[in-house]
Amino acid sequence: MADDFKVLLVDDEEEFVKALAERLKMRDLQSDLVYDGEQALDFVEKKEPDVMVLDLKMPGIDGIEVLKQVKKAYPGIQVIILTGHGTEKDEERARGLGAFDYLEKPVNIDTLVDRMKKAYRRRLEDSAVAATYAEAGDYKTAKKIMDEE
Amino acid sequence: MAGGSGAKYIMGAQDSRQSEQKSRYRKLWFWVMAVTVLVAVTPLVILTFVNYFQYQRALKHEVSNRVNRMTSLTKRSIEFFLEERRSALIFITKERTYDELSDPQKLGVVYHNLKEILGGIVDLGFIDAEGKQLAYIGPYDLEGKDYSEQDWFHEVKLRGHYVSDVFMGYRDFPHFVIAVSAVGKGGKTYVLRCTIDSNTLEQQIMSLNLEPPSEVFIINRNGTLQTPSVSYGKLLEKAEIEVPSYSDTWEVTDTYDEKGHHLIKGYAYIDQSPFILLIIKHLPSSMESWFALRKSLWAILIVSTVVIVLITMGSSYYMVSRIRVADRQRAQVLHNVEYTNKMASIGRLSAGVAHEINNPLAIINEKAGMMKDLLSLSDDFPKKQKSMDLVNSILASVERCVRITQRLLGFAKHIDVRVEKIDLDQLVNEVINFLEHEARYKNIELQMEMEDNLPAVTSDRGQLQQVLLNIVNNSLNALAETDKEGTVKISIRSKGKDKVAITITDNGPGIAPEHLKHIFEPFYTTRNQGTGLGLSITYGIVNKLGGDIDVDSTPGKGTSFTVTLPIGGTA
Repeated sequence: MADDFKVLLVDDEEEFVKALAERLKMRDLQSDLVYDGEQALDFVEKKEPDVMVLDLKMPGIDGIEVLKQVKKAYPGIQVIILTGHGTEKDEERARGLGAFDYLEKPVNIDTLVDRMKKAYRRRLEDSAVAATYAEAGDYKTAKKIMDEE
Repeated sequence: MAGGSGAKYIMGAQDSRQSEQKSRYRKLWFWVMAVTVLVAVTPLVILTFVNYFQYQRALKHEVSNRVNRMTSLTKRSIEFFLEERRSALIFITKERTYDELSDPQKLGVVYHNLKEILGGIVDLGFIDAEGKQLAYIGPYDLEGKDYSEQDWFHEVKLRGHYVSDVFMGYRDFPHFVIAVSAVGKGGKTYVLRCTIDSNTLEQQIMSLNLEPPSEVFIINRNGTLQTPSVSYGKLLEKAEIEVPSYSDTWEVTDTYDEKGHHLIKGYAYIDQSPFILLIIKHLPSSMESWFALRKSLWAILIVSTVVIVLITMGSSYYMVSRIRVADRQRAQVLHNVEYTNKMASIGRLSAGVAHEINNPLAIINEKAGMMKDLLSLSDDFPKKQKSMDLVNSILASVERCVRITQRLLGFAKHIDVRVEKIDLDQLVNEVINFLEHEARYKNIELQMEMEDNLPAVTSDRGQLQQVLLNIVNNSLNALAETDKEGTVKISIRSKGKDKVAITITDNGPGIAPEHLKHIFEPFYTTRNQGTGLGLSITYGIVNKLGGDIDVDSTPGKGTSFTVTLPIGGTA
């Protein structure tokens, strides 16, 4: 399985997110960094990532809002919530909005990498199934599958 | 130890507040009782007194009426008595001639007839106009006695008749004289004089049969007793009573004697005589029925007052204690609400702290993690192993912090409750099995006591287990600090229809009161090891399961935790 997928890290804690990106790089995972919700949405417009690691509590547009908009515009992007401020309610809400997973800071790097890979696999599966439907001419079902996530 | 002394201070304040409340309830009780008794007893007392005085007045009225009647009747009977004798004498003067009457032999016949008919006649004398007794029939030798110098003789000549005071004279027994004058042969005035034993007069009044100390007697106008009296002096001595003022008919007055006795005094001047009839009726003696009534009135008043007071005391005590119980319950509820609020605030605070710490912790985690990554990728260099150890130590500490923050969050966080029907017997056995090894190692005995037919409880098995484990573990730790043979007893019994109480009792060192109030707060610990989170998490879980947790502890004796759970699951 090709692990060469695009990752976007969204977190206002620069120190944290920079270190995380470097460590991911050591594990052969390329990632882009943005530091708030607005930048995240801009970034997604230009360059659609496969997996997004999203903090919830950020200045300006918060994580939940970003999740909502991203899932609406690009249902195929798999979003992993990684937060230090999560409550049980936030988790419920994030999962309801289509987050792939919900993790709490601080997280073990291996756990995170594992989840990111799983998320990417899900994206591939979804698009593969959708592609099959699309090839068969059933665009409606294909779109539905893509939208579901 | 600032917290400890603070707690003690609060306890002291509570004590004084309790005694203050006690006196407040006692005061309340007193006032309720006083007002009720006053309201109930006042009309009763008023009624009794009204009754008392009305009855007294009625009785007095009755007594004075009786005295009134007696006085008038007796006055008439004495007047009749005197009139009878006077008339007899007048009849004799009309019937017999001067000569016949001045003849002792013929006078003797008259005397005997008179004595036979009227009785009480002592002697009979015939006195001529000069005052000389020409004839005398009687027990003494008084023939020829000259009365011309005596007042009565002049009076009888003047007025035609005369009744004397009672006197002893030389006859030496009390008697009085009735005399009438008449005009005889040749226009000569003469006087017929008759002595009457005053016993006959006495009999007239004694027939009234008054009960002592009430009495009836006769005085003359100078106040000398004409008949014997019990209380007012001796016969023929001055009576110890004021001579009443003259009245044509009879009078009844209300007086008090010098001893304060209430008297009804009836008196009447006896017509054409020096006599004054006196009837003295003592009110008390004449009012025995009144006294009986008064006694029963007082008895009723006292008995009913006592009954009212007792009932009022009882009912107001009952009422006030109900109020006290209600107040205490309200205070308890308030306290519970306060405590719940406090625990909720602490929960929010700990969640906030945990969250805030999580972010820097995440940075440390990543930086240290990166250092570890770099170290593992780099070539050997001096002290590489040492650096690796340092980084690992940092990561281990981060791990430890994470465990703490997660437990902190666990205290507040709502984890889904997965309910199922649980057999408590089995659950407790599992907990005991789990801890048996440790208990044996610490030389502590674990006991279990179950009530028969306990219903299955709908609750979260895992969390309930956690609760019991936490509490029993606590007990084991507490017992480990003492030398005595430790026992931990888990007993389960149903409480009411829909609750089950699980009590975990140990005979450990107990918890001081100042600690007892804080033991469910996070980070509150008296042990050197331990986070102080165990019981706070336990508290959180029990609350979540819809139950209650209570602790009761006596320092030196032991501690008991009681977890009360609803049978039907989260309430």
